[in-house]
Amino acid sequence: MADETTPIVRIRNLSKAYRRGSQLIPVLEDISFDIPEGEFLALMGPSGSGKSTLLNLLAGIDKADTGSIRVGGVEITTLDETELARWRAVNVGFIFQFYNLIPVLTAFENVELPLLLTRLSKRERRAHAETALRVVGLADRMDHYPGQLSGGQQQRVAIARAVVTDPAILVADEPTGDLDRHSAGEILTLMDRLNRESGKTVIMVTHDPRAADKARSIRHLEKGLLTDAIS
Amino acid sequence: MPFLKLLWRNAFRHRLRACLTILGITIAILAFGMLRTVISAWYAGVDASSASRLVTRNAISLIFPLPISYKDRIRQVEGVKVVSYGNWFGGIYIDEKNFFANFAVDMESYLKLYPEFILPADQFAAALRDRKGCVAGRKLVERFGWKIGDSIVLKGTIFPGNWEFVLRGIYRGKDKTTDESQMFFHWDYLNETVKKIIPRRADQAGFYMIGVTNPSQAADVATSIDRSFRNSLAETMTETEKAFALGFISMTEAIVIAIRLVSYVVIIIIMAVVANTMAMTARERLGEYAVFKTLGFGGLHIAGLIFGESLVISMTGCAIGIALTYPAAAAFADAMSQYFPIFNVDIRTIYMDVAAAFVVGVVAAIFPTWRAVRIRIADGLRQIG
Repeated sequence: MADETTPIVRIRNLSKAYRRGSQLIPVLEDISFDIPEGEFLALMGPSGSGKSTLLNLLAGIDKADTGSIRVGGVEITTLDETELARWRAVNVGFIFQFYNLIPVLTAFENVELPLLLTRLSKRERRAHAETALRVVGLADRMDHYPGQLSGGQQQRVAIARAVVTDPAILVADEPTGDLDRHSAGEILTLMDRLNRESGKTVIMVTHDPRAADKARSIRHLEKGLLTDAIS
Repeated sequence: MPFLKLLWRNAFRHRLRACLTILGITIAILAFGMLRTVISAWYAGVDASSASRLVTRNAISLIFPLPISYKDRIRQVEGVKVVSYGNWFGGIYIDEKNFFANFAVDMESYLKLYPEFILPADQFAAALRDRKGCVAGRKLVERFGWKIGDSIVLKGTIFPGNWEFVLRGIYRGKDKTTDESQMFFHWDYLNETVKKIIPRRADQAGFYMIGVTNPSQAADVATSIDRSFRNSLAETMTETEKAFALGFISMTEAIVIAIRLVSYVVIIIIMAVVANTMAMTARERLGEYAVFKTLGFGGLHIAGLIFGESLVISMTGCAIGIALTYPAAAAFADAMSQYFPIFNVDIRTIYMDVAAAFVVGVVAAIFPTWRAVRIRIADGLRQIG
């Protein structure tokens, strides 16, 4: 278990480029920074600045070209696809802009989904999923399909799915990007509560300055480079 | 089982597309099943043949007869238990379209050789007593609405004239593989009449049907019989009933091969249709598969989802197709009973239906799975929104 002085995420000399035809387009260049455990970090920057790519890299859903990413003491750049999948299932909860719920599964079944990869019994899975849905205030919508829920409710189901396995880190890519102001406020409050009360490290990519205001620290990216730091 | 639930719901997410694909598979399986049943019906005579029966015919061709005097010589061959004989009569009942098989046979010995023809003892005795008596199968009798005691007139094609018979017996098959659409009458009746109208064709049998004491020695008995008539005016060719029946089928082998090929083509076409459906489905869901991967599900899980969905669709179509095959085969059998007296859906056909649907489901899922498993999560997620 890391203490307060040990960062939960340690990024060193991270670079990533995409190939377009014969051209190599750099997206991230020599990024190095730490994220302390229990942090609520907002990554900001204009479109194409590389913030989503950075989020994907530190969440283990994309591979860096060079550099090191240590999360919770694990060097994730050396893990293969299978190891990364296992690592993500245990350590990272994902919140997406468009919720990314499975439309043919109910709210309960969507939240139960990550638990299918665990050794929990059916009864234990039910208890965990119900608790997660209660935490996000949707205990009475468990049997609703995503199509029967509002955008804000769908995002809350997505948050319940993200936290149901009790991961140390929550990564959120524009979690309020598809929501009205009221729903966005509710989602940010919920994320803030998860950060403060449950000690989750939250890393959020956003364009929205109001969303960034909820974060305890903000990092700006521009053209693949970290430009400043505000704490 | 959340995964099975997910497979089922995924399969019917686009209800119209899924239903049309299932309809296509249903029709393909139905067509495949019917075509395979036609092939089985073609071989029905082979399947119904007995290992303890031999057929002796003229070595030159079946159309050349053998002297009736051969009967006693054949009986003397070691291993021969019963000897019967007969002629293909080829009579027409009222109209040519009413075709059915009719034979002049030595009724007592012939029916002894065919225990699968079940004939009540009193009817058998009545048929033996009446020189013009005949015995017909249940299906044939039902087809023309005959009753015991009815007079039946056949117009001879090989043996000219109008031939009158009296229905004395109705046989039933021991099981559903027995042909119940044949008619047998006394060879003596034929021979006596032929003696009067075409004397040179009298005292000749078209074939000898031989029962052997030990089926394992059938080949030796056949050789012994043929050896007995070597260098005679009418040399014989003796073979098992199965080989004899296969010889007939070989004459129409091209048709059987064509039917078999068409049955495979039907499956290949539906394979392309299901593959197209699965390719569309998987392309639309690449984002979802990326979400599954993000949550920690591996390539095997994704493959399971796609293969499972493909199999749900193909096996649902297969189940409906099989269920429809039975009534369709019954209707076909009714309509085509003169050509296919035995038209039963063989259990092997059902196994082939299931295997074909399984192969369709698996093959259709291969490319979409390969694509979904290989896609980078970031690329997949980019397709959402």
